[in-house]
Amino acid sequence: MSTVGVVRFPGTNCEFDTVEAIAGLGGSAEILWHEDTDLSGVDAVVIAGGFAHGDYLRPGAIARFSPIMTSVADAAKSGMPVVGICNGFQVLTEAGLLPGALQKNRGLTFINEFQAIRVESTNSALTGAATEGQELDIPINHFEGNYTCDDATLASLRDNDQIVLTYVDNPNGSVGDIAGVCNDARNVVGLMPHPERASHALLGSEDGNVLLRGLLEAI
Amino acid sequence: MEEPLHRALGLTDDEADSIAEILGRDPNPLELSMYSVMWSEHCSYKSSRIHLQRLPTEAPWVLVGPGENAGVVDVGDGIAAAFRIESHNHPSAIEPYQGAATGVGGILRDIFTMGARPIAIMDPLRFGSLDDARSRWIAEGVVSGISGYGNSVGVPNVGGETVFDETYTGNPLVNVFCLGVMPTERLVLGEATGVGNVAILFGSSTGRDGIGGVSVLASAGFDEDEDDSSKRPSVQVGDPFEEKRLIEACLELLDEGLVVGIQDLGGAGLCCATSETASRGGMGMDVDVTAVHLRQADLEPFEVMTSESQERMLAIVEPANVDRVLELCAKWEVTASAIGTVVEGGQLRILDGPGGEILADIPASSLHDAAPLYDRPMAEPDRSAEIDPAGLAAPEDPWADLCDLLMDTSWVHRQYDSQLFLNTIIGPGDDAALLRLKHPTTGVDTGRGLGITTDGNHHWCIVDPHRGTAMTVAEAVLNLACVGAKPLALVNNLNFGNPEHPETMWQLSQAVDGMTEACEALTVPVVGGNVSLYNESNGHNIDPTPIVGMLGMTGSLDQPPPGMGLVDGHRLIVLGPTGSGLGGSLWARGRGAKGGALPELDYDMHLRVAEVTRALVSGGLVSAVHDVGAGGLGVAVTEMAIAGGVGVIAARVSDHDALFSEAPSRVVLGVAPDDMGTVENMAASMGVPITRLGLATGDRISFKGLVDGSLADATSRFESTIPSALGVE
Repeated sequence: MSTVGVVRFPGTNCEFDTVEAIAGLGGSAEILWHEDTDLSGVDAVVIAGGFAHGDYLRPGAIARFSPIMTSVADAAKSGMPVVGICNGFQVLTEAGLLPGALQKNRGLTFINEFQAIRVESTNSALTGAATEGQELDIPINHFEGNYTCDDATLASLRDNDQIVLTYVDNPNGSVGDIAGVCNDARNVVGLMPHPERASHALLGSEDGNVLLRGLLEAI
Repeated sequence: MEEPLHRALGLTDDEADSIAEILGRDPNPLELSMYSVMWSEHCSYKSSRIHLQRLPTEAPWVLVGPGENAGVVDVGDGIAAAFRIESHNHPSAIEPYQGAATGVGGILRDIFTMGARPIAIMDPLRFGSLDDARSRWIAEGVVSGISGYGNSVGVPNVGGETVFDETYTGNPLVNVFCLGVMPTERLVLGEATGVGNVAILFGSSTGRDGIGGVSVLASAGFDEDEDDSSKRPSVQVGDPFEEKRLIEACLELLDEGLVVGIQDLGGAGLCCATSETASRGGMGMDVDVTAVHLRQADLEPFEVMTSESQERMLAIVEPANVDRVLELCAKWEVTASAIGTVVEGGQLRILDGPGGEILADIPASSLHDAAPLYDRPMAEPDRSAEIDPAGLAAPEDPWADLCDLLMDTSWVHRQYDSQLFLNTIIGPGDDAALLRLKHPTTGVDTGRGLGITTDGNHHWCIVDPHRGTAMTVAEAVLNLACVGAKPLALVNNLNFGNPEHPETMWQLSQAVDGMTEACEALTVPVVGGNVSLYNESNGHNIDPTPIVGMLGMTGSLDQPPPGMGLVDGHRLIVLGPTGSGLGGSLWARGRGAKGGALPELDYDMHLRVAEVTRALVSGGLVSAVHDVGAGGLGVAVTEMAIAGGVGVIAARVSDHDALFSEAPSRVVLGVAPDDMGTVENMAASMGVPITRLGLATGDRISFKGLVDGSLADATSRFESTIPSALGVE
């Protein structure tokens, strides 16, 4: 059975939630420690949410130097699915594996709430099980989720269909309402919403499962 | 003549004499400073202990009662729940962000010290009026502090309360409640046992921050002619990332069975942690003050012993396990130092280097057990001049009055992560929070839920602290019932004014009596608590504000509870007695009427109302549920209409008393027409009266013959109260 490796830095806090949600779909997931240099033979990597290294300096700015990130970058180049959720998205942009950056929310407060997320492209390692235009009810939980990039990058993201998820009602000021993007090879995906938090009927939504199932199917 | 040192440290002359008697000699300055922090009001509860002894604390499911770091109850399936409430009122008044942040940090350590992983936080907050600029500044700072620390440390904040009232101007209340879960067998106590065992201090380095926090800050009020900023160095600064690593390191130490006892460092720092563990274990301890890892090199021994630097723990470890403990700490980038040894006898000795000069030599238990116990004078305040709301004229425009009472607190809680750990079934903004109960190490879902709520109502307690506190306990029981949970136990935070004022002590004593009465009648043991006194500014005591944090449990959860939102076309009924009387109501207080009497509380009826509510919620027979609390029936129904996005046509509410009375033991229910018969039969079989109120429909909120307003207007008023006062989005 293929396995998803979920990276744990000191300060990561969504790693076990991610494992639980993947297991809930019948998938298999295990924790990868940030100081490890090999990926223990996993078939996909999720960089989970939280505050890696306390988010000190800038979210993701220290995490990208953790030993495991070299292996993650190599795996990404080889085509392995790599998904960054929330803080994981910030880490992937800092590591240069995804374009753009995440700055502080417009309004300058932390926001935790359910948001309607629209699937813009089903051609990525995360969105393959969804349908284009589908609206998903998934929570966001961040202070620095305001996606930004220069005009040329935005144009190229649009031209190459790399904007995979957008907010229906932009909560944080992200350019182009962007909630998630992929790289040009489409195997690396970053998103600010937390699909694992919408994975059980008792949590108010199961819409996140369509994304996590997409990841399992992309392996 | 120069002031004697003991007075400068906050000790009375009598207390200084007692210390000399205990030691059989005069204490040296280090010893005196250790007594001064441990015998402070904050650490010793010297004014309140005599009253707290009356609270009921036992039940078969209680594993650990008051006196430990947290109360612990058995919640089945091999899981124990640890919970506690604390206050960080005075630090938050001076330095709102750090005061509130370190409050979160402190309560988390109390929970994981017991071996439990913290899974939820709640913050009952009280600020001065929204019209007051400083109060708004405090509110914004406190909420950012809780958000900044709590989100980063990775523990969801699932509820609490936010109240603005002029009684808290200059002295806000920042209470914090935390719940954790552990495998029952992992329960550890803060005891130092086993001669030769090693005391390891781990976490942040010790600095000069927070020296005398408990005595300078927490055990005195605020004065206008004093510059509060002068107290700022007594406020500690928090580092949530350090705390997060500390949590993970501690839980791994406990999982591997590497510690004999463990204790967090909070108020009074190392002095408290070393003496408390030694005295609980009936042992002594030798502490090498030079072994403590320091933030700056030139700290005096008394500073090392009393510093309140945050994010520090003390573990008692068998010598054979020391290396593994240090290794695990290193994995989590947590600094650790062996600073002491458990010894025979009961002396706590502070040494200047290994085998070095003895800097202090005192009986460890004397810092706790010999602390002074005061039976301070009490006097019932003269309240004869207060206005009785029964005599107030009926409102000209009850709809306008009702809208004035609406306040949405989502500006506060949308800044908190309320969903981490995938447990949150009902989060902030409802009557109580409901969390899935999963085994903390195996992750196995029990299928049951834990309900938690915090409640307090100073409007009730200023009118009658005895019944007001009883009603507070009763409301918590009903809040839990609204999510289908039956109460197991509570913790309390008693926020009162200056204990040297006889009126304050009378209020405290009355509140304890009211809580005792309600806890016995409703079968809710008290398993822990905190007392916060000297909540006063410029000679003005706050209204008495006892706050309870209550834990309950549901049976098997087949579906989530309905929440408070009404469903179009469904019936609206009130479960419980009709109730009347405006004493203590929010409406009356808005008109300056703080007199009169509180409505009656019938415990037997209350228990039956709670039981029917739980049965209806867990049986899926109601589509909306909300108890009647502050603001009365009018506010409860309007909040349900706003949450559901549908109007209401109601009858049988004939006057403003019926609209605004906060009489207890009432729950508003939304019921599908087909379920009405079943619901009415269930209530009747339990002897609980029902009032058919009306129907959820349309876009207006109408109480026939009394009120008719637009739902859209009410929604807009509700949502804008806090943001427009703060001038934010």
